[in-house]
Amino acid sequence: MTIVYDDEPDADEIPVRRIRFTINGAKKVAEVEPRLLLAHLIRQGLKLTGTHTGCDTTNCGACTVLVDGKPVKSCTMLAVQVDGHEITTVEGLATASELHPLQEGFKEEHGLQCGFCTPGMMLAAKALLDHNPDPTEEDVRWALSGNLCRCTGYQNIVKSVLWAAEKLRS
Amino acid sequence: MIPAPFSYYRALSVDEALDLAAEHGEEAKFLAGGHSLLPLMKLRLALPEVVIDIGRLADLSHIRDAGDHITLGALTRHHDLEHSGLLARELPLLACAAGQVGDPQIRHRGTIGGSLAHADPASDLPAVVLALDATLVARGPSGTREIAAADFFGGLFETALEPDELLTEIRVPKPAAPRWSFQKFTKRAIDWAIVGVAVQGDAVALVNMGETPLRAAAVERALADGAAPRAAAALAAEGTRASADINATRDYREHLARVLVARGLQEAHARA
Ligand SMILES: Cc1cc2nc3c(=O)[nH]c(=O)nc-3n(C[C@H](O)[C@H](O)[C@H](O)COP(=O)(O)OP(=O)(O)OC[C@H]3O[C@@H](n4cnc5c(N)ncnc54)[C@H](O)[C@@H]3O)c2cc1C
Ligand code: FES
Ligand code: FES
Repeated sequence: MTIVYDDEPDADEIPVRRIRFTINGAKKVAEVEPRLLLAHLIRQGLKLTGTHTGCDTTNCGACTVLVDGKPVKSCTMLAVQVDGHEITTVEGLATASELHPLQEGFKEEHGLQCGFCTPGMMLAAKALLDHNPDPTEEDVRWALSGNLCRCTGYQNIVKSVLWAAEKLRS
Repeated sequence: MIPAPFSYYRALSVDEALDLAAEHGEEAKFLAGGHSLLPLMKLRLALPEVVIDIGRLADLSHIRDAGDHITLGALTRHHDLEHSGLLARELPLLACAAGQVGDPQIRHRGTIGGSLAHADPASDLPAVVLALDATLVARGPSGTREIAAADFFGGLFETALEPDELLTEIRVPKPAAPRWSFQKFTKRAIDWAIVGVAVQGDAVALVNMGETPLRAAAVERALADGAAPRAAAALAAEGTRASADINATRDYREHLARVLVARGLQEAHARA
């Protein structure tokens, strides 16, 4: 995996490590520098640009992906830490013919404006719905408390998740 | 932001982690959940040459009933503390505080051991283990030692741990009194506490009121002397050394400490 960094004159030999992981169902192997962030593995290495980096400081949640089903901020994890694990990004939600109910929900309830926060919102919401199929509005707000949106004011995002929950139940 | 290059070792046992730490000394840092260390490495405020990943030491991740106390593995994540049925029954203060650390994503990564070893005075769990009179267990090249929470926090981001020592376990005595409260004052749900208060029985500890988590000694003495909770809470800022920053002046933090201790004592008494 070629990722170009600025040269670090002080660094001696830069070690590379081989990792294996599954992303959206596909098994992959990569040779990475230990300092490679998971967000960069996903965006630059795998060219899956649905995962956004907003703040780069663990605050905004735009970079949220699932690792073994759990929501994490991929700007604050090293690629070497996902060795042997399973990653889901927003590209893994839809099938070839059908949107995921969360994606439908965001469409039906106007859960986005610019869309920058949306992939992270959907994955944080998926982690909630996977273990709590019938959440209250409060549950949804709490589950999304690590994700910021500068556009919508959150109301429609919450409605979108509740819409998806209902669809998934029926 | 990209960390400076480093060599990465993944420890597969506590012994291996200790051997690596002994070999690399001050150059090395343990990596647990990475939610304090990686942000610092990205900002290049931390430049370890060697990172020892302890994230896969499954035997350091547990919550167990040991009779008169609960033992917690150092790698137990905030999310697991928050959702533990055992803690909900025996140490609800810890479960409640863990559930308010950062946000859901942070709680899936961050560990109690990392939180204590990092010793940020704005962190929630250091004050909680102080209020609970916990004992911290560390392993190093010369064996295992126990450190009382009261002796563990030495200063800003400083603890009693040596660089080659690994925090392995936290032992928390089961509280005698069921009275507890956790008060965290923030602007947004996911923020660090501007000020926080942990109450267990007559023990009161403060978050972010000095360079280390503190026991509100004046409040505890007043309570022991029979003062009413409100009167005791008025002493909450005594002996503290809160800093001033973008979120609050020192005066405002002292005010918050008095208000939050009063609320905490009231809530704790209501639970009796
Ligand atoms: C945006 C954001 C918001 C946050 N909000 C809060 C909050 O509201 N309240 C709060 O309390 N915390 C908060 N945190 C911090 C979070 O709780 C961290 O998880 C915690 O401080 C560190 O735990 P970790 O497992 O991630 O440790 P790491 O980052 O892996 O390690 C931290 C330090 O401890 C050392 N270390 C780790 N484990 C051990 C061990 N077993 N033995 C010896 N040394 C060890 C490491 O070498 C490193 O120096 C926040 C973090 C972020 C990024
Ligand atoms: S880019 Fe990761 S939390 Fe904002
Ligand atoms: S839709 Fe623009 S940030 Fe959320």
